[in-house]
Amino acid sequence: MARLERKHALATRVFHWTNALVLAVMIWSGLLIYWANGVYEISLGGITFVKFFPDWFYRVLQLDHRLAEGMAWHFTVMWFFALNGVFYVMYTFWSGEWRYLIPNRHTWAEAWQVVLHDMGIRNKPLPRRKFNGAQRLAYTGVVAMGALSLLTGLAIYKPVQLAWLTALLGGYPMARLEHFVLTMGYVGFFVIHITQVIRAGWNNFRAMVIGVELAHDQEVPYEFARRSSAAVRQ
Amino acid sequence: MNSPGDPAPPSGNEAAAEALLSERAPLMGASPAEVESPEVRIRRLSRRGFAIGGAAALAGFAGWRWLITRSQEGDLPWPIRRVLEFDERVAQAAFRPTRLSPEFPRASARMPRVNGMVGIAPSIDPAEWRLRVVGSAGARGARSLALDEIKALPRVEMTTELRCVEGWSEVVHWAGARLAELASVTGLATRGGQVPAAGTTTGELLEYVAMSTPNGQYYVGLDMASALHPQTLLCYEMDGHPLTLEHGAPLRLVIPVKYGFKSLKQIGTIAFTDLRPSDFWAERGYDWYAGH
Repeated sequence: MARLERKHALATRVFHWTNALVLAVMIWSGLLIYWANGVYEISLGGITFVKFFPDWFYRVLQLDHRLAEGMAWHFTVMWFFALNGVFYVMYTFWSGEWRYLIPNRHTWAEAWQVVLHDMGIRNKPLPRRKFNGAQRLAYTGVVAMGALSLLTGLAIYKPVQLAWLTALLGGYPMARLEHFVLTMGYVGFFVIHITQVIRAGWNNFRAMVIGVELAHDQEVPYEFARRSSAAVRQ
Repeated sequence: MNSPGDPAPPSGNEAAAEALLSERAPLMGASPAEVESPEVRIRRLSRRGFAIGGAAALAGFAGWRWLITRSQEGDLPWPIRRVLEFDERVAQAAFRPTRLSPEFPRASARMPRVNGMVGIAPSIDPAEWRLRVVGSAGARGARSLALDEIKALPRVEMTTELRCVEGWSEVVHWAGARLAELASVTGLATRGGQVPAAGTTTGELLEYVAMSTPNGQYYVGLDMASALHPQTLLCYEMDGHPLTLEHGAPLRLVIPVKYGFKSLKQIGTIAFTDLRPSDFWAERGYDWYAGH
């Protein structure tokens, strides 16, 4: 017998999809800005392995010669990015949802089991969780990255008024690099996130839209499967 | 089995558990009249949920279309300009003239690249050149100064970062006189035209400063607080040498509380005014304030 189980509150879903849109606009406008001084690369001993970015990248995505437009969008949408993030974190604490998200002492071990499982090394199914150890690390980590994007962004937006912050981050050129590296981090997060959502299937994805999931009666409800310990495995 | 530190799941907060159950109740079809199976029910919820989600996505797209089709103001849709002006008000409210751009050791200074020649006339004769300073009375009361008169003002040297709007930065050693000093000795920055005493209230000061090259082809607008910042210099030397033409000889502005494009080269006119001055790059899609 199947049942319906609430998974994501309406607030969580609104925050999630708002952030998806807003972060996309921030990355796009950020690339319009970055193009004007696109100097970063990974090189060793005079050999360049990765260039951020080759000319064709800007050309194909039409990101070139649009610095002013990029800055205007970036400094408009930044408010929505910051407020959505701050309200999300506040909501997470107010609702108690943080208990599902903040890593605990079992998280690293569980995340390792998730990695083994996803690579096909561990054959036993993983215990039912709202968010497993790997997800706790990823979802807490990406919020921390968001906070760092905000801080590194402020450091290069107002490097005189916030000179202490810019200095703390290693100076103006370093803060700009950090801001860029964080952005590349989101792209990495996005690739893994989308892969995992596809692997997890429709029931899981649909829950981020409508809030509820189809569950089997014998499955432990999420609110009781919170703790990663022997309690759930027995 | 629970670890000793963990609260037992169901008994930990019975009120919360009950709230969860009652919240879940309508979904589970607790009402006797409810005969829908979970599969049918979730299909109905999906239709509704995806319809709302799709409508939100469409509304977002429509909003985007609306935004990018608004009339342009300085090469940007006007609602975006309004947001940049909002950002400016926030920045001005938080601005403190006591906060300085970090200074670096003299040895770390370099010459910055030449990144813009708009308005620079190669034929200018430093001996003939005069700086025109205009106050609220316009041509009446305007002053004309020779380079030596600027050099007679207290000399300030500093090694600060020049930050270009393009994203690069360079540490540069500058020498010149404070713009605040010029405002003080000419008395043209105030409405009454008097020499502002120490502690002049902002009410007496005019709101803006407009600067342009002698031929008027390049021009910038500054808010008064940034213009009177102690690191805002009328600069006649870079890296220990007199300014070269491509760096703005005979006199240029350096204003570390702004992006580099506000540091106008080859100053012709400085006007203190209550009218918001036009700005070369703000007319081309950039933020007017551009403040750090």
